[in-house]
Amino acid sequence: MRVPNALYLLIAAVTIYLVRALPLTLIRTEIKSPFIRSFLYYVPYVTLSVMTFPAILYATGSVWSAAAGLAAAAAAAWFDRGLFGVALTGCAAVFLSELLLL
Amino acid sequence: MSDMGKTVPAGRRGWFMRGLRDGIPISMGYFAVAFTLGITAKNAGLSALESGVMSLTMLASAGQYAAMTVIGAGSSPAVMILTTIIVNLRYLLMSTALSQKLKKGEKFIHRLLLAYCVTDEIFAVSAAVPGSLCPFYTYGVTLVAAPGWTAGTVLGVLVGTILPVRASNAMSVALYGMFLAVVIPPAKRDRFIGGVVLCSMAASALFAALPLVREISSGMRIIILTLIIASAAALLRPVDPEKEGEQ
Repeated sequence: MRVPNALYLLIAAVTIYLVRALPLTLIRTEIKSPFIRSFLYYVPYVTLSVMTFPAILYATGSVWSAAAGLAAAAAAAWFDRGLFGVALTGCAAVFLSELLLL
Repeated sequence: MSDMGKTVPAGRRGWFMRGLRDGIPISMGYFAVAFTLGITAKNAGLSALESGVMSLTMLASAGQYAAMTVIGAGSSPAVMILTTIIVNLRYLLMSTALSQKLKKGEKFIHRLLLAYCVTDEIFAVSAAVPGSLCPFYTYGVTLVAAPGWTAGTVLGVLVGTILPVRASNAMSVALYGMFLAVVIPPAKRDRFIGGVVLCSMAASALFAALPLVREISSGMRIIILTLIIASAAALLRPVDPEKEGEQ
């Protein structure tokens, strides 16, 4: 039987919402365990680092322009340029290096 | 420029405005990524309207790719549920972390609304806010980011490859730049966090390169490495809850 697209979309949307909503609504009190607290503290750092590298190297037209973007963005982040400033620096570096390379 | 950890906006309005501003790079990156997602959606047999609704209601990259695969293959609703849970399992972790970031007794409605906003990127900037999280910050980010994601998808379906390649290449780095902006400043101030960041990147590169292990989907890779490395870090250096907000 062919399932209508709308039904698929509804099922996917409800399922993903529940995955996100259950911990937020069920865990209403402070977690006491020092281990879990520490674990959760480190989660964003690990997750973001894993997502950034090496994926960033394959995000553009060439590994070299991506590496230029990575280096420029990392330098901007080192000097605390803020989310928008760092992102824009990375984009600009990719754009300029692709003008030269490709 | 936003300088996380230094200035703290006053009140809901201040946090909301900060959120709107921090949402801009996320929205740019989303737009570029969603554009390619739209092309995939079209190939899976979804209309522009259906793809737009999907992006607006799911707000998930890998999750949507997976859902499109299920639709394209005409698999059963049960497969759709299972796939959606597995591919998006990391949101369970992120949502748990956010539950601890809210101030005690935060209203239930905010928990329900925040749940919609949990994406990798929006979670990241929300978790990086000093002290407890004001939900209005996350709402601000989402209000800018979600339209970028949705518009990108719809345009991807409608016009395919109209965006100049150079522009979309440059824009797709915006997301990663933002991740670096969240991770590097604390890594500079705290060498242990710096070590965690470097280990995570190295491990991720290894996972992407090694035979067999590289077959693991990127969603699963994030879960596995997060569980291992964040646990190791927690064992090596437990965090004093009192100091958590300051970094």
